[in-house]
Amino acid sequence: MNDNMLEIRNLCVSFPTDKGEVKAAADVSLTVPKGKIAGIVGESGCGKSVTARSVMGLIRRPGRVTAGEILLDGREILHLPEKEKCRLRGSEMSMIFQEPMTSLNPVVRVGKQVEETVLLHEQLSGTAARKRVLEMLEAVGIADPQKRYNAWPHQLSGGLRQRVMIAMAMICRPKLLIADEPTTALDVTVEAQILQLMRRLCEGGTSVLLISHNLGVIAQVCDRVSVMYAGRVVESADTDTLFDRPMHPYTRGLMRAVSSLQENGEHLDTIPGTVPDLNHLPEGCSFSPRCSLCADGCRQRMPELEEIMPGHTVRCFRPGEEAEA
Amino acid sequence: MLNTFVRRLGQAVIVLLAVALLLFVMLRIIPGNPVTTMMGEHADSATIERMTREMGLDQPILTQFFQYLLGAVRGDFGTSYSLKKPVAELMGAALGNTVKLAVFASLFAWVTGILCGVLAAVRKNSIPDRLFMGFSLLGVSMPVFVTAMVLQYVFGYLLRWLPISGAESWTSFILPAIALGWNSAGSIARLVRSTLLGVLEEDYIDTARAKGRTPLGVLTRHALRNAMLPVITMMAIQFSGLLSGAVITETVFSINGIGQLTVRAISGRDIPLMQGTVLFAVTIVILGNLAADSLYSVLDPRIRKGG
Amino acid sequence: MRKKQTGAASGISFETDRSRWTAPLRDLLHHNKIAVVSAVIILLLVLAACLAPVLTPYGETQMDLMNRLSPPSAKHWLGTDEGGRDILTRMLYGSRISLMVGIVPSLLSLVLGTALGMLAGFRGGKTDAVIMRAADIMLAFPSILLAMVIMYTLGGDLPAVFLTLTLVNWAEVARITRAETLRLKENEYVEAARVIGVSRMRIMLRHILPNCLPTLIVLFTLNVPAAIMTESSLSFLGLGIQPPYASWGRMINIGRQYLYTAPWLCFAPGAAIMVCVLAFHFLGDGLRDALDPHLKKR
Repeated sequence: MNDNMLEIRNLCVSFPTDKGEVKAAADVSLTVPKGKIAGIVGESGCGKSVTARSVMGLIRRPGRVTAGEILLDGREILHLPEKEKCRLRGSEMSMIFQEPMTSLNPVVRVGKQVEETVLLHEQLSGTAARKRVLEMLEAVGIADPQKRYNAWPHQLSGGLRQRVMIAMAMICRPKLLIADEPTTALDVTVEAQILQLMRRLCEGGTSVLLISHNLGVIAQVCDRVSVMYAGRVVESADTDTLFDRPMHPYTRGLMRAVSSLQENGEHLDTIPGTVPDLNHLPEGCSFSPRCSLCADGCRQRMPELEEIMPGHTVRCFRPGEEAEA
Repeated sequence: MLNTFVRRLGQAVIVLLAVALLLFVMLRIIPGNPVTTMMGEHADSATIERMTREMGLDQPILTQFFQYLLGAVRGDFGTSYSLKKPVAELMGAALGNTVKLAVFASLFAWVTGILCGVLAAVRKNSIPDRLFMGFSLLGVSMPVFVTAMVLQYVFGYLLRWLPISGAESWTSFILPAIALGWNSAGSIARLVRSTLLGVLEEDYIDTARAKGRTPLGVLTRHALRNAMLPVITMMAIQFSGLLSGAVITETVFSINGIGQLTVRAISGRDIPLMQGTVLFAVTIVILGNLAADSLYSVLDPRIRKGG
Repeated sequence: MRKKQTGAASGISFETDRSRWTAPLRDLLHHNKIAVVSAVIILLLVLAACLAPVLTPYGETQMDLMNRLSPPSAKHWLGTDEGGRDILTRMLYGSRISLMVGIVPSLLSLVLGTALGMLAGFRGGKTDAVIMRAADIMLAFPSILLAMVIMYTLGGDLPAVFLTLTLVNWAEVARITRAETLRLKENEYVEAARVIGVSRMRIMLRHILPNCLPTLIVLFTLNVPAAIMTESSLSFLGLGIQPPYASWGRMINIGRQYLYTAPWLCFAPGAAIMVCVLAFHFLGDGLRDALDPHLKKR
């Protein structure tokens, strides 16, 4: 009945700080279609990691989800009791993180850490579990899985560690994999391999939510993209559509910046101004101070996320317009 | 890794010998013939001279030191001036009580310390946290004899629940163990709390939660395993400290242990006994430090392989 | 607001300027009320010790055998001891001894330990080895025993007690100072100073020492209670301060025989020691949090 593996509706996450409540994510809505890779792209602090963590229920205290719904394969999971969430984590949905260096427990052998996931959710004997782990290690492209099984995390390179993380996340064949900046800490060559691996996993049936600040990564593997700015989704579309016909001024700015970089011209197009402090968001549209299309109405009300074409939503009063020169 | 251990062991032996020599010299610097003290004022000078020669006290200090070392290797640590028995025998008899006290105190310190530390970290900044940390601070700040006397007064005298002196049954060790161990419990609690708080912020804790581990599982199987490394080092040092430094506790609770023997030796100006007891304590401390250093290398796989 | 002095003339940038001190102190005042309260308590104690003769109507050794061992009352706020002497008076005079015995040796051992530690860290090589071996030897003794042995050698008068406590504490200070020196030595401005020919002594005094100061201040506040506790333990065993001086520890020693009949003899000085030690600990903790995150590992 539902084509979406993951649906996030109007998610709000806030953090109490010395200076008041900060809304790290406000009114975030996006979907991950079944069997596809969806991406969230945005600058640091735009709320993409927070959104991803909310799905898994892993927001660090004192932050908390204040509103919204999250549906995994049609089932509401945000308001489940913690025990249920623990059951889902690792088995139906799993997550890999940005820093493979620090994401593995330094005093436990790598094989055991991967085994932990499967032992938590399935009734397997010790030998059967070990066999599964070795198969998984091989499946993610780790040569000589026997040797690596007994290795300590500090003995592996960054790329290998990230593969181990992926093995750990995929060993119970979850429906959804969330990858938070999985290649940011890796070399470019290793990055390409990891992205290839993720494409393969997706073809094997897993839906993927990929978080990145790197448009290149998004362009390479994602089927759908959501762009976030200052805690809100500002545009959401299929990848091709987004790159060919971006509608939101911010997205357009990003695309212009990237293409001006590639053209080797003398002028690097940047978006003027800086990312706003979430404590001091402007009235109305958050992007208004930096927007070349900014009109009076933009400074008074926050635009809603509207579907201007099937499958393409934008949060702007003047989507697709060109700036007066 | 064996090489480092052997090297450390060698250094420890050197320090021990240096300490023994220092001790030897310090105890003999003060003027006055110990024989006179031993024999009292009424002995005549001829007897004093004879005894002095017999005991080898007229020889140069270094010679005396070497003779002492030779004797020590054979298990002969001299004879106590005041108690007239071989030092080794006196210490052997007293050792049992000291060990019992140290073991009880350590158990108390570690069990309460670790529990309080873990609970305080898990419920950071809540009332239990502040309460436990308050107790810890109190433990670290109260001199042992104050704790000991308060315990004696409240539990021994007012409530009459527990014996306040002696070493007959295991119950007599309860109050002394608490008095001696409270200080260590405080230190352990504070260390456990701070390391655990640090560990809980690490990324691999997120990974563990992402796998579906319950909070308790995360705590026991991931957080504690990492947090305990420095704690175990502290535990090794504490045990050696409790074994070697129970002087006050033994005195207040009238337990016949090595600590009490030390006090008796000092007030009785009994040089061989002092040497024996102090050297015992120093050896324990040195061994404790050695164990602590080596333990860390063994337990942390990052250091072990040197990778 | 921070001013770093850089430039070829001074050649070196060093980070000692006023805002470095006022910022942490303000931090302390706002966040750590307990530390501030402790500092006030300590000041009051010191004041009380200095003003002892003024604060009490009784003489220090004034005996009143008719009223011996009387419990706290309006006439004698803390009761009287076995000689009929007013305990509060004895405590006030005793605080002089106890506080001095806490503060003076700590200062001395701080100076000694810092000097030796910096020397060891800065010079390295044989100097380092010798000093560190000496420190290791001192640290191999449990502090009570070390104090006992030194006192046996030196005797029991007041200077001996001071010297004992100084010797017991310097090794740890030296160790920590050496570690700090080693760490700071690696800084580029020290290299620069040596290149332009600044003498070693000057480097140590003007560059390394000021940066060690926060650590040293915290160490001081933590060593004072340690010294007080060591002294009171010694006196408790009868080995420390001898009459006619009476420290709080000695008062407890004497009062011990009356623990069950007249507990106030022990509890008053015991509580005083506790308050003093706690105050220094809170202050030390607060200062450490405010001034030097490096020491947090302790």
